[in-house]
Amino acid sequence: MTLLIEPDFGTPRSKRTEKVTVIIDGTEVEVPADTSIMRAAATIGINVPKLCATDTLKAFGSCRLCVVEIDGRKGTPSSCTTPVADGMKISTQSEKLSRLRQGVMELYLSDHPADCAVGDQCKVHGMAREVGLKEVRYSGATHLDLPKDESNPYFTFDSTECIVCNRCVRACDEVQGTFALTIENRGFEARVSSSGTSFIDSECVSCGACVQACPTGALTEKTLLTIGTPTRSVITTCAYCGVGCSFKAEMKGDELVRMVPLKDGGANEGHSCVKGRFAWGYATHEDRITSPMIRKSITDEWQKVSWEEAIAYAATGLKKIQAELGVNSIGGISSSRCTNEEVFVVTKLVRAAFGNNNIDTCARVCHSPTGYGLKQTFGTSAGTQDFESVEHADVIMLIGANPTAAHPVFASRMKKALRKGASLIVVDPRQIPLVRTPHVSATHHLQLMPGTNVAVINALAHVIATEGLIDRDFVNARCDLESFAQWETFIRLLENSPEALEEFTRVPAETIREAARLFAAAPNGAIYYGLGVTEHSQGSTMVMGIANLAMATGNIGRKGVGVNPLRGQNNVQGSCDMGSFPHELSGYRHISDNDSRAIFDKKWNTTLQSQPGLRIPNMFDAALAGEFKGLYIQGEDIAQSDPNTVHVHAALRAMEMVIVQDLFLNETSKFAHVFLPGTSFLEKDGTFTNAERRINRVRPVMPSKTGKSEFEVTCDLATAMGYPLSYENGAEIMDEIAAVTPTFAGVSFAALDAAGSLQWPVNAAAPDGTPTMHMNQFVRGEGKFMPTPYVATEEKATRKFPLLLTTGRVLSQYNVGAQTRRTANSIWHPEDTLDIHEADAELRGIADGSWVKLASRVGDTIMRARITDEVPAGVVYTTFHFPESGANVITTDYSDWATNCPEYKVTAVEISPSAKGPGAIHEHELDKNLQLSSIVRMANQIAANIPSDGAPEIEVAHHLVQFWTPTMLRHLHEDVDRSLLSPVVIKALEIESVSN
Amino acid sequence: MSSIKIYIPGDSAAVSVGADDVAREISRLANDSKIDIEIIRNGTRGALWLEPLIEVQVGDDRIGYGPVQVADVATLFKAQFLSGGSHALSLGIVADLPWLAKQDRITFKRVGIVDPLSISDYQAHGGWVGLQRALAMTGEQIVAEITESGLRGRGGAGFPAGIKWKTVLETTGEVKYICCNADEGDSGTFADRILIEGDPFTLIEGMAIAAIAVGAQEGFVYIRSEYPAAIAKLSAAILIAREFGVLGGSVLGSTHSFDIRIRVGGGSYVCGEETAMLESIEGKRGVVRSKPPLPAIAGLFGKPTVINNVLTLASIPAVLADGAGSYKSRGVGRSLGTQIFQLAGNVKQGGIVETGFGISLGELITGYGGGSLSGKPIKAVQIGGPLGAYFSPKNFDIPMDYESLIAAGGMLGHGGIVIFDTSVDLAIQAKFAMEFCAIESCGKCTPCRVGSTRGAETIQKIIDGEEFEPHKRLLLDLCEVMTDGSLCAMGGLTPMPVMSAMINFPEDFENRVGGTK
Repeated sequence: MTLLIEPDFGTPRSKRTEKVTVIIDGTEVEVPADTSIMRAAATIGINVPKLCATDTLKAFGSCRLCVVEIDGRKGTPSSCTTPVADGMKISTQSEKLSRLRQGVMELYLSDHPADCAVGDQCKVHGMAREVGLKEVRYSGATHLDLPKDESNPYFTFDSTECIVCNRCVRACDEVQGTFALTIENRGFEARVSSSGTSFIDSECVSCGACVQACPTGALTEKTLLTIGTPTRSVITTCAYCGVGCSFKAEMKGDELVRMVPLKDGGANEGHSCVKGRFAWGYATHEDRITSPMIRKSITDEWQKVSWEEAIAYAATGLKKIQAELGVNSIGGISSSRCTNEEVFVVTKLVRAAFGNNNIDTCARVCHSPTGYGLKQTFGTSAGTQDFESVEHADVIMLIGANPTAAHPVFASRMKKALRKGASLIVVDPRQIPLVRTPHVSATHHLQLMPGTNVAVINALAHVIATEGLIDRDFVNARCDLESFAQWETFIRLLENSPEALEEFTRVPAETIREAARLFAAAPNGAIYYGLGVTEHSQGSTMVMGIANLAMATGNIGRKGVGVNPLRGQNNVQGSCDMGSFPHELSGYRHISDNDSRAIFDKKWNTTLQSQPGLRIPNMFDAALAGEFKGLYIQGEDIAQSDPNTVHVHAALRAMEMVIVQDLFLNETSKFAHVFLPGTSFLEKDGTFTNAERRINRVRPVMPSKTGKSEFEVTCDLATAMGYPLSYENGAEIMDEIAAVTPTFAGVSFAALDAAGSLQWPVNAAAPDGTPTMHMNQFVRGEGKFMPTPYVATEEKATRKFPLLLTTGRVLSQYNVGAQTRRTANSIWHPEDTLDIHEADAELRGIADGSWVKLASRVGDTIMRARITDEVPAGVVYTTFHFPESGANVITTDYSDWATNCPEYKVTAVEISPSAKGPGAIHEHELDKNLQLSSIVRMANQIAANIPSDGAPEIEVAHHLVQFWTPTMLRHLHEDVDRSLLSPVVIKALEIESVSN
Repeated sequence: MSSIKIYIPGDSAAVSVGADDVAREISRLANDSKIDIEIIRNGTRGALWLEPLIEVQVGDDRIGYGPVQVADVATLFKAQFLSGGSHALSLGIVADLPWLAKQDRITFKRVGIVDPLSISDYQAHGGWVGLQRALAMTGEQIVAEITESGLRGRGGAGFPAGIKWKTVLETTGEVKYICCNADEGDSGTFADRILIEGDPFTLIEGMAIAAIAVGAQEGFVYIRSEYPAAIAKLSAAILIAREFGVLGGSVLGSTHSFDIRIRVGGGSYVCGEETAMLESIEGKRGVVRSKPPLPAIAGLFGKPTVINNVLTLASIPAVLADGAGSYKSRGVGRSLGTQIFQLAGNVKQGGIVETGFGISLGELITGYGGGSLSGKPIKAVQIGGPLGAYFSPKNFDIPMDYESLIAAGGMLGHGGIVIFDTSVDLAIQAKFAMEFCAIESCGKCTPCRVGSTRGAETIQKIIDGEEFEPHKRLLLDLCEVMTDGSLCAMGGLTPMPVMSAMINFPEDFENRVGGTK
């Protein structure tokens, strides 16, 4: 195995299609017009000496090594800055050119250390040898006594090695878009500066682009100095967010030295963020559990046991519960951070070995509304574009997402498009950085109140409909006209006008009108959204509203447009694709579809249940009602990440066999009876699917620290439950996935190795995958418009709880922080803080940095205050990266009507000064009849929200059958207090019992 | 009885030798004697050794007295200077002074003659004729006229103005810019400043014509921070021009709109390089850009941009008013029209000499300059600014035009000519060339950023008497790297004074012992 060195062509590829022919050193070559001479030469293996040029950055012209001679032109121009012209004759070598190159290297070496700490990683000495420099005759002033900046935890900046080539500055500008670096002073004293301070105090976001770009030892990974030079590379995929960056894991023996982004990576094209690039140390952290453990009760100490014993104990426990309470009394949660293969095996465990459909995944708490909403309107639940599409957008509408924190590599792409001239509309209660950041500013910031998303999207669509801005050609050609007519009548109603909705949204009507006109007039309008759309009681409604808007403006089916959900986890898309849903098999086929079930029944040699199983929140309710007592949780910390912590903890306590398969003892493991150690991405052999539907290979960099792969563990459990299951390797599992899932038909490890990555659908119609979806027709045929009346959430600000809390993430920490808190990233975010507007703080006597009690009707906690104008008055904001902050002690059980995605983004709260320190979490008492009151609330909410054309009871009945378990339906029929049900629900129940 | 007009230059050069004090004293004494005078602060005539040069309007003539100091004012009054009386400082009719009369002032036609901020004075002396003619022509026709005239950029590069304008005209774009480079960083040059302080409307008219020719609506004048008086003068002139209707939404009532804004530099010589100037106007560090793209195609803010020196733009009104044929009737070969030479340094009669190309170097130095001020023999002459070559009296027969100077191993540059007598040490001058480059280097490219410092160090070693041959070899190698490897002309031309000093004055370099010759 060797170290993969990707070729560097010196300057970026030209986008021109016209070709020209030139002769370089006697050899003819044909290249696109506007290609630099340097790149043209590189394509035929002539590598002109260079130091300041690299193909991820625009040509600069600093080092002057790449000079060439051109027939008919005077002088010796730099080949990086000179484009080819048809018929040009170029010489890259001559006596004069040699003298010039030697002269340049002699000047560089006259102010450079004689020995570089990073050896050959610094290209200066090697380049001097390459150009034939024999000696350095100068002696004079140098910069060799400048101090090193070691403030950043992951890399050092040693100015003594710097050749002021500006590659770091250019990378921070052009690739990352943060503009944190500049050159201080001029002339000989020119020096790279990080915003005038040390790196850690500067605006640097530690993405590592500068380290990657630096050709000397000036910017170097600390691990390169402490561990040494790597000798081999393994190409794999990052395990943090839904961008899914491809990396070269560079190893020295079995030790990982550094993760270097892959230029060929389809999602990231050579870029990365602080997490994927540097924060991988958690994989070898001392907190890693590497052997299985069991205990009788959750108050006992953990006992280390053998795999056999642990599996047997778990299986016995689960079977006992099923014997007592029935087949539906146990279930599983698959991890959205494990590979497709591992997740698929978990779904098989639940469906074939457990014999039920009680399988769910964390998409429940993030993008399940995307699944529902896009399925209804387009026919499939995934984003329509790839990331590159943003570069072709003219107007970008960003709703409820903060990509510079949560999808940084994609945000850098978006910023590139914005710097080139695309316009930006931001819909968010907070002033996210993209509203005003170097060289980017939003044309419109619709700063709405939390919970009023649907009002805003309706208002925007109302303007487009009433001002004649609908793209009728598109609608007529591509959409279901009946649904469109119905929608148009609905959206034109005065109650959907910006003026009528202004009192709820607090967005000035004129701003909505201008934003709507801007979006509608764009040749290419693209919508990007995140959890600020989905984690609401009308999350699914909002997704449909977004789809309506995209269809109405004709923004589907080509590059530069589309509906783009920014998927959070590295494999949440994959986990959904694999069918980790109680109501769906892989490929989004409903469990009630006999033909789909037949494929699995045959392949798996079993009989699948045909009715939906329990979603995670329903599992908790059922646990408290004594109906559900066994849970197998792979890679998810529900005790920290799910809302209403007191509810989750109580539910877990009510269970008898909780099995946690994870890397660390997390919050959920406090309630577990069996702990099965899992593997980090560095040990896995499988695939992740990112937000672009791009399936990327995950290759093992080191052997499993636990002795088993995760799918082996799941197989062992299935076997112990009486369903023998085993696989040789991940490839075999993917072959099975391809065999049973039509959208994956053409996927295999061999195909992925050959292509690098593939975007599904991959089948006979699209053997190379599908970058852009719905190009000629929607997956469901014609696009369907769905009416989206605004129904305010029941979670309202009251006298007792007058402020609204919303939540989000930061760049350096990832979700519950299980991984990032175990790396140096905590230097940037050592605790969660509560963002408060000055006016709200002053009124309550709260000072910046002081302790504050944050309370809602379900719980309270204490956090540190941060006074800022990033939130409007009336809104407070926090993150949930630390279990101590107890953010989810505050959030409620309210959720999206269609998918039960929790309404994290709207919680009525009050804040007050507190003397005590952090934590001191206080959980309130639970409702005794929680399951039944949940069922009533959910049913009424469905009735109030489901889109219908006049007979909502039919839709409600259909919805209940599609998504509720038979047990839940029975409770609704027989056990709830009917007087609490809305009339529509009662009618729906009549319809449903008749059809049964 | 109407007041007597007295012209006392307000130009910075004149002020630096007491013109403001003289004006105050004349005003005081006239007041005491109850004589009605009108003092006009004109520009300088450019005969700087005569400053402060005051002129009294007597009938149709302007009678000159100079150089006048405060102590002389009383005696001037006694000598009845207000009616042209004879005095030790009498100069007679200023226009008839041979030094001025010999010149061919086209660009500087009005400098020193008009009140710089009087638009009626400007108009009475032929102002706006060129602009009015241009308003009746198409862009192509204007460009053709400029090309025909042979006008080449007077900043230093000598690029044909017409070809540059044609490129901008033919590049499609709604937004285009006219940028005037008034950074004038060369030591020993002052023509841009004198023109702006003496006749700012000419520059405004030239820029307006350029805008009409290529289709621009906005212009910038980038002027160095070290010219505060010129900045103030030009600012005032722009306001007056707007009132008059030359600048604004409708140039002289036409459908063209054009306005000018001033941008002040920050003390950087390299911002006189056109692309560094653009960076500076854009609010960034003054660092040189690579070419391509040419500014004419993608310049200021990425738009097609005409960048011309003050003198180039100030010559445009005359070309349009009098026709290309008139302009190109001056000059020689491919150097057509007049050049504005600036005589400075150790010279008896320094200042502005505008005359057709082709005049010999010797004629300029002895004929106009009158030889050295010190009286000692002239040892060296540097032509074209701090990056220009040093010539010896052996070269006095060189005709002053672009091609002849290049053939002689030098360059014309912005027309500055600095004279040195035998007290000059050319090795120290060579070191100064490197030091100047080191101080002013933008720092982007290696040959200039590092090379200039190494060059100064190496020449210092030669000055200190270290072994000459190896250091000479090193210096020559360095000069080749800087000449052929630098990104812009600053690093690229720094070797020119160094090499010319070593070649033309080898005695100053060899056989030095510990710091002395």
